[in-house]
Amino acid sequence: MSKVLIFAEFQNDNLKRSSQELLQFAAKTGRPVVALALGTGAGGGVAQLAHHGAAEVLLCKDSAYDAYNPELFASAAAEAIQISGATLVLASASSSGKDLFPRVAAKIGAGVVSDGTEITVSGEDVKVKKPLYSGKCFATASFENSPVKIVLMRANQLPVSAADTAKTASVTEHAFNKPSLKTLIKEIVKGASEKLDLTEANIIVSGGRGLKEAANFKMLNDLAAVLGATVGASRAVVDAGWVGHSMQVGQTGKTVAPTLYIAVGISGAIQHLAGMSGSKVIVAINNDANAPIFQKATYGIVGDAFEIVPKLTEEFKKALAH
Amino acid sequence: MKIFICLKQVPDTETKIKILPDHSAIDPAGIKWVMNPYDEHAVEEAIKFKEKNPTAQVWAITSGPKSRAVDALRTALAMGADEAIVINSPENLDAYSTAKALAQVISTEGPAHLIFSGKLSIDANQSSVPQMVAEFLSIPHTSVVSKFETSPENTTVERDVEGGAKEIVQMINPSLIAANKGLNMPRYASLPGIMKAKKKIIKEFEFSALGITPAEQKVKYSGFTLPPEKPAVKLLTGDASSQVSQLISSLRDEAKVL
Ligand SMILES: Cc1cc2nc3c(=O)[nH]c(=O)nc-3n(C[C@H](O)[C@H](O)[C@H](O)COP(=O)(O)OP(=O)(O)OC[C@H]3O[C@@H](n4cnc5c(N)ncnc54)[C@H](O)[C@@H]3O)c2cc1C
Ligand SMILES: Nc1ncnc2c1ncn2[C@@H]1O[C@H](COP(=O)(O)O)[C@@H](O)[C@H]1O
Repeated sequence: MSKVLIFAEFQNDNLKRSSQELLQFAAKTGRPVVALALGTGAGGGVAQLAHHGAAEVLLCKDSAYDAYNPELFASAAAEAIQISGATLVLASASSSGKDLFPRVAAKIGAGVVSDGTEITVSGEDVKVKKPLYSGKCFATASFENSPVKIVLMRANQLPVSAADTAKTASVTEHAFNKPSLKTLIKEIVKGASEKLDLTEANIIVSGGRGLKEAANFKMLNDLAAVLGATVGASRAVVDAGWVGHSMQVGQTGKTVAPTLYIAVGISGAIQHLAGMSGSKVIVAINNDANAPIFQKATYGIVGDAFEIVPKLTEEFKKALAH
Repeated sequence: MKIFICLKQVPDTETKIKILPDHSAIDPAGIKWVMNPYDEHAVEEAIKFKEKNPTAQVWAITSGPKSRAVDALRTALAMGADEAIVINSPENLDAYSTAKALAQVISTEGPAHLIFSGKLSIDANQSSVPQMVAEFLSIPHTSVVSKFETSPENTTVERDVEGGAKEIVQMINPSLIAANKGLNMPRYASLPGIMKAKKKIIKEFEFSALGITPAEQKVKYSGFTLPPEKPAVKLLTGDASSQVSQLISSLRDEAKVL
């Protein structure tokens, strides 16, 4: 059976959970799994790749790959697909995965499905379920005329079990061809938070206009700190300038699917619901019992956010302490 | 100097999506079509560029069923674009063949000095077409752009990535810029703009005449379904303290998410 190539992503020398999901899934298909690892950080990650299911690692420790560059990475990924002979490529629908693989697909004449939430692989056949209209509906994507199939999966959609530290992989170091580049990465400006991005977060606490003013987001930050959550927001408060637009959840913000989504002072407009109704468990806190958010919520508290949220933070602190 | 804007017509964000009984597609009945919200930022940035560079000509281009897709082009014209092109194409082309068609027409009508697009279409949710257009034209691209500066030779942009971080990227022109929301505030069309747009002749191409073969359709969608219905909400009652303690025990013992 032909190989599956996984585009591995690392953060502070650790293999990202999203990459672990893909490796473990690929290993279960029974097809041989090759991991592509680029950059100086990747060298130390070889063992992790093996532990999660890679039989082979295609490694390039060149520091040129330390920062993502679309043209440079597209060239390397296309070459990796060619030399490995892989016919299925799995990557995470991360900032770089989403940016890179359409370019690779155009280069090699392949189809690409982005933002997959479920994937089935039987033999050479690949089917991917993905949200359309920002989650207002779902459809199954299949490939045709596509000798190589590229799938970008959303984070947190596939199970991860403990790493098997007995597993090893064969490592091939390879110097990929470098095209002459028209793109230069001049600087990377770190974000304010070291937290997981909304699209990767397992727990999200989101605030809306019910919080009354920007300063009151502190209350949500405190709750999020206790839960290890990432803070999101409705468009109303992004437009009001209370928080940055990278925090917006919804049809014109981020589409998220955490295990737990807590909406505080958010009415539940159709555009907001589109972006978060894929969450496993939804908690709504709103003082209006008729707010549409309650139609999507698993648990609802009709009450005043200013009374409920601080109490919740205190109680979570106690509950999570043991 | 020609500046292109790739824009797509999509269902209004208020639309409640319905599925055809055979699950082959969404039900198009009653949908109000609008310009993809991210593409409004692309139009705005192109027009701002023209205001500073009066010799620039701004061309809006879309691929879609002509009967409706021209309305999105007229919106772009009303905002200030100079010319518009529609590639009359069937519903539900995939990203690959859409990008092929756009790249092909842009190169015959160009050359483009800059191409603006949105970062994502809110119906297909792909974030693919811009990068593919750039690759087909062998030009650099940056997606998810929230700041744009350009000189005749280079374009420097800020790209938003995970965790609020930003990458500062410089590209040699011609280049493609896929807009994120923070890039600008799209203007409203002026009344004279709307009048002028109504009279404008839109240039037409037929997708079927572009020589793009069926083999360039790579991804097909079927089995459309609505998200599963959610069971009714469990409202937690009592005073604030009791609501909070019920919530925590439900999350821990019933939903098992803590
Ligand atoms: C093209 C377009 C795209 C859009 N995209 C998005 C998007 O991506 N994401 C998005 O979120 N929106 C989007 N919107 C906007 C959307 O329609 C709503 O306007 C927005 O979501 C409302 O935000 P909100 O819920 O914070 O505010 P509101 O609707 O004003 O709701 C505030 C809520 O807070 C409650 N409240 C007030 N005081 C308290 C209190 N003390 N305690 C508890 N609750 C309280 C109120 O009962 C109310 O339900 C879009 C709109 C358009 C037209
Ligand atoms: N049919 C189309 N015609 C013109 N531009 C398009 C079309 N589809 C996508 N685009 C452009 O590509 C961007 C990203 O779309 P997508 O790859 O579908 O998520 C959009 O914001 C548009 O700028």
